[in-house]
Amino acid sequence: MFAINPFAALSTSISPAVMQGFVVVMIVLVALGTLFDIVHKGSAKYFFGNWRKTRTARELGGGEMMSIAVQTAVVDVLASGEFCNARRRVAHLLTMYGFILHAVSTVVMVFNPAADAPWAQLWWIGGLMVLVGGYWFWFFIRVDVAAEGSSPLRVMRADLFILSLLASVTFGLLWAWLQSWILFGLYIVATTVLFGGVPWSKFAHMFFKPAAAFEKRVSEANGTNQNLPTLSRDDPEQQARHSMELLRDAPMDMGLGIKREAPRHY
Amino acid sequence: MHIDKTYRRAYNIEPNMCWECYSCVKACPQNAIDMRGYADFAPLGHSVRVQRDEKKGTIAWRIKFRNGTEKNFLSPITTKPWGQAIPKLAEVPAPSQEMRDSQLLYNEPKYLRMDDGGLHTLEAAGLTLKKGVYY
Repeated sequence: MFAINPFAALSTSISPAVMQGFVVVMIVLVALGTLFDIVHKGSAKYFFGNWRKTRTARELGGGEMMSIAVQTAVVDVLASGEFCNARRRVAHLLTMYGFILHAVSTVVMVFNPAADAPWAQLWWIGGLMVLVGGYWFWFFIRVDVAAEGSSPLRVMRADLFILSLLASVTFGLLWAWLQSWILFGLYIVATTVLFGGVPWSKFAHMFFKPAAAFEKRVSEANGTNQNLPTLSRDDPEQQARHSMELLRDAPMDMGLGIKREAPRHY
Repeated sequence: MHIDKTYRRAYNIEPNMCWECYSCVKACPQNAIDMRGYADFAPLGHSVRVQRDEKKGTIAWRIKFRNGTEKNFLSPITTKPWGQAIPKLAEVPAPSQEMRDSQLLYNEPKYLRMDDGGLHTLEAAGLTLKKGVYY
């Protein structure tokens, strides 16, 4: 089961050209949806407006910019470095890499019905990673459930992305396992909602989050720091100030204050 | 909470539901909440942003006025490592009925230091009160 290309078996009933056409339509929907999202939310306008503002500060050299770009790619994008909660970060990494493996192997197997191993195994592994990360997030980690005590079954429009992703992968794997036409229909519907719902979901975060993370690092490096304070206790000049007298003999690491316990007070 | 389309941060649109205590602004780990400073210290068109660094025990403020003037402040928010100097009430024996009926609060008079010779005064501590603000 794990070594067989599920789309090759399907080609006896549905022409490979139809399946390939569906994949192309989904890719076009993501591109159009993302462009619509950028225009509708004014993300690009905001990004370039902010960019112009930060350029009035200290000009960064080419080497510095390259280093910031590499840090953004490695820490913020590839390692999901922006998450403070370790469990949330692991769940995001599982879902993100699982989705990439699952989506790429789907495209390869649809366009090349002869592709079996290792693409079929990658399709299963990627799908299972999405399910583990996604359901862990949905039932245990997300703030509505973990901190605010809401029911995990409460659904709202903001959940469109995660729910359509989980539905698509769940029905996809169940169909490949049980070979039921009903499950295949649900798989197609959920997949269409996932890729067609980009303007209404947070699907486009995979494009704008890296841009935002890059901009944040640039503003930290050139001192504008998005107008956030830049004074720090590490600076000997600050340590000598009268207002810092009470901390003169205090350790530099005071431990955790409000972060000592998870916010579960509902 | 709504998103400010210019600054891309959240702000409270319901003044009745906000005490302007800045607690949420200080606690947000991504500094995603925006606030308008009080008019008595910053006229419109300013930016007031805060960074609470509990690991270092400090809070920093950066205020930018619309004429470009900038003010920066750094202050302590604790003088001892977090959690070590707070009495663990769960480990303290429950108060007796006599203590409940008393006018004294928890750990009084010990915390007022009246148990070792009365209330401490500036004079007793060898201090004097100076006029005005001094640094």
